[in-house]
Formats: sequence, structure tokens, C-alpha cells
Amino acid sequence: MTPRNGEDGTALISPPKPPPVSVAASLRTLSIFAGAVALALVVHLIVSRNEPPLETRFYTIFLGSVLVIAVITAPAQISWPRLRRFRQNLHPILTAAALLLCLWEIITSGVRLLPLPYFPGPAKVLHSLISDRMLLFDSTWHSLVLLLSGYALGVIAGLITGLCIGWSPPVRYWGMPLLKVVGPIPATAWIPLSMVISPSALISAVALIALAVWFPVTMLTASGISNTRASYLDVARTLGAGRGYLIFRVAVPAALPNIFIGLFMGLGASFLTLVVAETVGVKSGLGWYVSWAQGWAEYGKVFAALVIMAAFFSTIMTALFKVRDRMLVWQKGVIKW
Amino acid sequence: MVMLTDAEGSTLQLRDVRKSFPDPGDPVNRRLVLPGISVTLAAGELVSLIGPSGCGKSTLLRLIAGLETPDSGELLIGSEGIRGPSAERGLVFQDPNLFPWLTVRRNIEAGLVARGLLQEKKTEVDEFMRLVDLEAFANAYPHHLSGGMAQRVALARALINHPKVLLLDEPLGALDAFTRMRMQDEVLRLWSARRSTTLLVTHDIDEAIYMSDRIIIMTPRPGAIDQIIPITLDRPRDRSSSDFLRLRSEILELLHFAGNARADNALVAASPSG
Repeated sequence: MTPRNGEDGTALISPPKPPPVSVAASLRTLSIFAGAVALALVVHLIVSRNEPPLETRFYTIFLGSVLVIAVITAPAQISWPRLRRFRQNLHPILTAAALLLCLWEIITSGVRLLPLPYFPGPAKVLHSLISDRMLLFDSTWHSLVLLLSGYALGVIAGLITGLCIGWSPPVRYWGMPLLKVVGPIPATAWIPLSMVISPSALISAVALIALAVWFPVTMLTASGISNTRASYLDVARTLGAGRGYLIFRVAVPAALPNIFIGLFMGLGASFLTLVVAETVGVKSGLGWYVSWAQGWAEYGKVFAALVIMAAFFSTIMTALFKVRDRMLVWQKGVIKW
Repeated sequence: MVMLTDAEGSTLQLRDVRKSFPDPGDPVNRRLVLPGISVTLAAGELVSLIGPSGCGKSTLLRLIAGLETPDSGELLIGSEGIRGPSAERGLVFQDPNLFPWLTVRRNIEAGLVARGLLQEKKTEVDEFMRLVDLEAFANAYPHHLSGGMAQRVALARALINHPKVLLLDEPLGALDAFTRMRMQDEVLRLWSARRSTTLLVTHDIDEAIYMSDRIIIMTPRPGAIDQIIPITLDRPRDRSSSDFLRLRSEILELLHFAGNARADNALVAASPSG
């Protein structure tokens, strides 16, 4: 027998190695970051001279510690390549963030370009964030529970209906028109009705989030399943596959890229529905917190809640991306993510 | 080698198999694709099917695979009629159609998983990986494979079910000339190890002569059997021997004398490459 690998030439594609990072260049960019933070700190100290020191203390500490970390990690990264790559990568973004904070402070607390109390400076927002942390934490927790229960319910329902519509022509015939008519109604439009029907605001909020998630997940799952390449199914049949294998081992994995698009769209819709539901019905959560703080004209707290929301939602989004990367690892190299 | 068992193949009998499809341009009449094919393949025989494009070769294979049902006529494996697709009739397409979400190893296992036999036959997977020389790529995903490698995986995936009949629908058609010749030897090696009754659809006359026990030549649409040519050359065959070349020119002539513009297309499609 002759070796037969030669004919096929290329083997597995190995991921390209990151280019080596020069220590000097890295030091230079690092000092730019430290400089930006130092600038923000100086601006802050100048601007906050005539503000109550208690309200600006946290921000001073925050900028101070970032500066210290920036200065310390600059030499540390010389002997620690992983830290170097990490910092090299994040560097421009972090520098820009520091400059943005500085600019924000100048516009708000500094020259008072924007009307107070609607646009507090970063120091005030950080102060609100820290001083009201218990309530904010509690609100985030409530939002998380509400979001996850609604999202999970919507995903499960959407996967089931999407699978049925995508696989079975009769279900498709009857289900698709219903889906096309009812689906596009924004979930929030059902709020008045849900208030009448549902025994509690919490249950109706879960149902509304589930509804918002259900539609895109159903739609994309159905289209993914029904667009499974016929030849994959033919091959599977000649391998002795039964219906279970055809559905769950061929159609579902083939539809997975589509299903994930539905999951992402559903996640976006669930954030929106969550905040609206919390604002008008449920008496807890970040949406509620924002409108409550706004009612007391505590705009520092409003912005603090927005900061938390940004972190909260983007963390969940990132988590879903991680799940996608794991499950669709076979697509790596086929498509650009 | 482990695979050297008795013939696993089974006779394949087609009796007056007729197949038509609805014609999108003509709501009344159906388009006749196969007017009534009768042929018998002996157990373990390797038969090639050549003919012009659109003469119903692939339809015939799909009928045998059970993916289509005939209008009339009988298809028998041994003495049993064909009812629907089954693992006893493996099918390999020109496009390997590997499941892109499964690694090479899991693709080869697919048939065992589908039939719930993976636990019992786990060791066989290793044998098949070795048989097609892909152990090094066990955990690679299909898009990392070259065309020839992917087709080897597809062959192994079909063979792991020990099919009584192996249906090959231009499996080497998309490969370059060198890879194709290597793969012809590869298929022959697998065939002689397993002795599945094999029906090979091809456009390549050289390939048909090099590989088969018999060559079935089909007429243009609707595709009837025009000629059946036995190839009695000793194996392994020499592509440049005078007998080989004589057979080749005979078949070319036959296709030519089958006689009209469409048969000329067949000649072009058959692309004599030596």
C-alpha cells in the first residue's frame, strides 16, 4: 500500500501566531495610557475644587488607582508576555476611554455646558453608583431573574414551534400564516392586554419577554430547518437514519447557525421588553430603578443604572457569543464571525 | 487485513423499472426518464454506468438507494424488494456531502450512530479510519480536508454499514486527474477488500474500463440500456495496454454510432484524457 496523504497536500490549518510585541514600543504606548489617566485625574482635581469633597472622593480614588495600576504594569509587562499582549491589545481602547471620561468631566462639571441636574459628571455618577450599591445590586438581581426566566421560556417555546414548522409541511401550512400575522406585533404592545389578563405583573412580564424572544427564534429555527440541504438528508437516509436522527442529528445541527441568529435577535428584543415591562408594571429591576430615580430627579442614579445596564446586557450578550463559539466551532474557518 | 471477508455483496436485480417525473412545462404528460430498465448485477460485481448527461443514471441510482420509488417494475436485493432507503445500500455522491458539523471520525461513525450500533462496533471505526488512511485527521472538520480526502471519508462512511450494494454517483468527478487516478485504485482496493456489489456512475470511459467487470452504456433521454460490455482484462489493469486502448476506442465508437447530436455531447462529456 502506498502512502496516500501526499496527494492531498495541505493538512489542518493552524491558527496564525500573534506577532511578537516589541518591549520598547509597548512601553511607549503604555506611557500614553498612563498619561491619559493622569490628565483625567488632573482635570478632575481642578474641576472638583468647588464641589463637595464627599461626592467626588470615589472618583479621585478610582482614577488614582487606575493610574497606579497603569504605572505598575508598565514595567511588569516586560517580563510577562501574556500581560503584554493583553495590554497591547486593549491599549488604544483604554486610552480613548480615559480621554472620554476627561472630556465628559470638562463638559459637565467643568464648563457646565449641559444643564444640571440632568447631566451629572462622572464623579457624581460614580458616587451614586457606590452609595446606592445595595439597591442597584438588588435591582440587577431582579432583572436577571426576570430576563433569564422569560428568555429561557421564549427560547424553549421558539425552538419547539420552529422545529415543528420547519420540519412538518402541514404544521408549516397552518402555523406560518399565524406566525407571520401575530409575530411582528411588538411584545410591548400586548402590555395593556396582559395587565387585564394576568394575575400578577411579574408573570405577565415573563410572558411578554418570552413572547418577544419566541418570534425571532421560531422564525429563524423554522427557516434553518426547512433549508437543510436535501443531500444531507438523503445521505443520512442511506446510512440507515430514522426520523429522530434526521431531525436532531441532521436538520438541527444544519440549522444551528440560523438558530443562533434567532437567539441573538431574541436577546435584543428581550432587553427592550424587560426594561419596558419593569418601567410600567413590575416594581423592581433596573428599568424600575431608572424611572424611580428619575422621579426623584436623582440623575446621578439614572446614569449609574444605565452604566450597570450596559455592563449587564453586554455581559449576557458576550455569554451567548461564547456559547455560539463553542457550539459552532465547526464553522471556524468557513465563515467570518 | 481485517476487511478481507467473504463477499458482503448481494445480487441486485432490476426488472422493467420505469420512472417518470412531472414536467413543469407540461401539466398533462409526465416526463419519462427511464422507460423500463432490466439488468442484473451478480454479488460482488463492479459495474459502471455511462451515458450522456440527463439520461437518468442518477435517477436509477436514487431508485436503487430507495430515495425514489419507481412508477412500475421491481428492484430486488437478493430476493427482497427495495422499500425505501436503508443502510444495506450505501450511496456516495460527487459532492462528498460530509456533515460539516461533525469531525472526520464522527462522520464515519454516523451510520453506526443512526442505527444505534456505535457501542458494539466502536473498534470498527478505527479499522475504517485506517482503511482509508485518515487516522491523522480524526478530529479535523470536513472543511479542512482536500477533495480526495473528503471523498475517502464519504466512502468510509458508506462502507461502515457493510452495505450489500454500494452506489457511487460520479464519486471522483470533481477531482483533478492525478487524485482521480489514485482514488480509482483506492476504490478498487476497498471494493476488493469488501466485495460489495458496486454500481458506479461515471462520465469517464477510461475510469469505467479501468475499474469495472461490466460497462452499461445508456442511450440519451429517456435512458434505456444500449449495450452491456464485459471487461475481461486482468486486474490490476494497465491504462496504456493495447487491449485497454482497443476497448476504449470500441466504446468511443459505440457512443458515436449511438448516433445523433446528443450522443456527441456524451463524447465531449466523456473527455478522453489519456
